Amino acid sequence: MLKPMLERSSALDKVFAALGDPARRAIIDQLSRGPASVSELAMPFSMTLAAVVQHVQVLERSGVISTAKVGRVRTCRLRPQGLAAAERWIAQRRTSWERRFDRLGALLDAEDEAAASPRRRRSKR
Amino acid sequence: MKDLEASHDQFTIERRYRQSPERVFAAWADPAKKRRWFAEGEGFILDSYDLDFRVGGIERSRFRFGDGPPMTTDTFFHAIEPNWLIVCSYAMTLDRVLFSVSLATVQLKQERRATLLRYTEQAAFFGRVDGIESRRRGCAELLEKLGAEIEREERS
Repeated sequence: MLKPMLERSSALDKVFAALGDPARRAIIDQLSRGPASVSELAMPFSMTLAAVVQHVQVLERSGVISTAKVGRVRTCRLRPQGLAAAERWIAQRRTSWERRFDRLGALLDAEDEAAASPRRRRSKR
Repeated sequence: MKDLEASHDQFTIERRYRQSPERVFAAWADPAKKRRWFAEGEGFILDSYDLDFRVGGIERSRFRFGDGPPMTTDTFFHAIEPNWLIVCSYAMTLDRVLFSVSLATVQLKQERRATLLRYTEQAAFFGRVDGIESRRRGCAELLEKLGAEIEREERS
């Protein structure tokens, strides 16, 4: 029973975990002004490039940003709408199937009852 | 012109039913039964529903939610192993725009006299691409909400 709920929240958990770090929030803030390369992102921070790369990886895994490498330059950009929409769609899709499977169970139980009641009536006679 | 963008995910739902795999499978195979649990209910207006349950067959539903836009699902059955496995893919449109395409796998497993149903869907969802400006505005709003949520969590 718990498992589907956990699965449902894991994607959102990743987002919250990704945004739970001040450096990553600063990276997002910078990307909200437009796409930037990893080295451009590193500039305002007193951080090594390697540390920025790690933050970028966490953000990318969470779905908050996407990155694309052209030549030697990796460009990062925000994908907040894609993320928010995907979250919503997936949650809705799962919910609609959960409801369907509830109805499937109700249909099967109703069949059992329909099959059982004539027998019960017969046995009374 | 880029009109659509894609995102992907998958989910699995497991259910146990008191009935045998034969009974559960019949509820997928019989058009009248499938229509009742799959397509009807919860304020959906079903305009049409057809099920041709065989390998290569198609299931087609046309429906609306209240006075909302027309919605469609078109399913193609790739593999059917009675009482055991159903593999199908389906496309869904919303207001005549492609909304999602999914691979769905239904596995039935006998557990004593009951059935474990495992439904796995691997889906590509499509959304309309907005202009970059509305995207940035949407982003700022989202980040504000997320920031507020994080602060709430930190406080509690």
